[in-house]
Amino acid sequence: MAPPRNRRPGFSRRAQYSLFISYVIAIAGALVGAVLLALSTLNPPAFSALRAGTAEVTAPVSWAVGSVWNAIASIPEAIGSFFGVRSENARLKDQVANDRQQMLRARAIAYENIRLKKLLSVREPGVETIAIARIVSSSATSTRRYGLIYAGLIQGVHAGMPVRAPDGLVGRVLEAGPDTARVLLLIDSESIVPVRRTKDGAPGFATGRGDGLLDVKPIALGNTDYGPGDVLVTSGSGGIFPPNVPVAKVISRNRDGVLAKPYASPDALDYALILRAVLTALPPTATEKQP
Amino acid sequence: MRPQGGAFAPEPSPVAIWLIPVASVIVGSLITILPLVATFPVLPPLGLMTLLAWRLLRPEWMRIWSPLPFGFFDDLVSGQPLGSAMLLWTLSFLIVDLLDRRLMSRDFWQDWVLASGAIALCLLVGRLIATPIAAHVDTLLLSQVVAAVLLYPLVARLVAWLDTKRGRA
Repeated sequence: MAPPRNRRPGFSRRAQYSLFISYVIAIAGALVGAVLLALSTLNPPAFSALRAGTAEVTAPVSWAVGSVWNAIASIPEAIGSFFGVRSENARLKDQVANDRQQMLRARAIAYENIRLKKLLSVREPGVETIAIARIVSSSATSTRRYGLIYAGLIQGVHAGMPVRAPDGLVGRVLEAGPDTARVLLLIDSESIVPVRRTKDGAPGFATGRGDGLLDVKPIALGNTDYGPGDVLVTSGSGGIFPPNVPVAKVISRNRDGVLAKPYASPDALDYALILRAVLTALPPTATEKQP
Repeated sequence: MRPQGGAFAPEPSPVAIWLIPVASVIVGSLITILPLVATFPVLPPLGLMTLLAWRLLRPEWMRIWSPLPFGFFDDLVSGQPLGSAMLLWTLSFLIVDLLDRRLMSRDFWQDWVLASGAIALCLLVGRLIATPIAAHVDTLLLSQVVAAVLLYPLVARLVAWLDTKRGRA
């Protein structure tokens, strides 16, 4: 390319001033940007109305594109399942036989559980589903992990509500607009979820790492030691998250804790349930020390 | 690049002259509305890349303050804190402008280097602003930078094509 044009606009005073002013605008604008940035860092929900307004426009587009895409993407799966149906049938029959045993045991335990709770007269808040909505898009260019769900204040979704998918916890609502809401995903580096191990109720905190995994640290250091294979569910302490929603499975040990993989994989998310936030936390039931 | 028809081409409509660049940058920013829930930053910052491509192709057309409105819009849809793209994009424009004045002649390689520097600056500083230092996103971020840099020639090519559609400015 030829040398760039000399940007000195000649002897016209007017042209020189307008060039000068454009630089002044740029630098002043950068300063305004810095101030806005400081404001939104100190007070993250500061500009939620602007973001929600934009999301109102983009969410229907994402929703429509997602619907078309899902329809197209389901074609190969439909073809595959047509041919694999016989072997799958045999496999499922085996599984049903296995599961029947498990279910009988679980039913007995559930019955016993209800009886014990009645005996102790524990008041348990029911987990109420506010809305079921599609997660339409996410912050895929940023290092933060937000999702956008296509339900908002009109559907009764408010900031602070927990969000789950059928297979596990997704995160919590950060900002709600009229028809859309932004969700802080579990895997975001600023998300912290109080969890407990299903085996013995050992409590801990699951913090997002930003790369799709969670760092889990036990609250009582030294006393409890999570290991690979442990299943973590929400403990319900601290409010917001209802107890016993599956969160993650421990995959490996770390320097001061363990790494866990969330059950609700973001890539596979489509529909999510928005639950009512648990406001009054139940006192954790006394857990038996392992013999 | 002249529009087809040479000197006898019809005058391009005045709306298309500004609408095509503006719309292309906005569409680039809107890449985040793709129906995709990402585990890590998988998409390149297409809005910034398109804006840089326009700046490097048509220095006299993209004003030095143009990253302000575009950055503001990008902040609304990207999930970064509001103001980060306004600040970083404008800063990178000022730096590109400064370097552009020093360069005696410039072809695509220099453009690519300038754009790569600007992309890397915006993504890395954006990460420092938005995400706690302790987060494990750095490897993923570097791969995003590399992917964006490798994708830049394609974006520049697309912008050059859009420029021919726009007619002579």
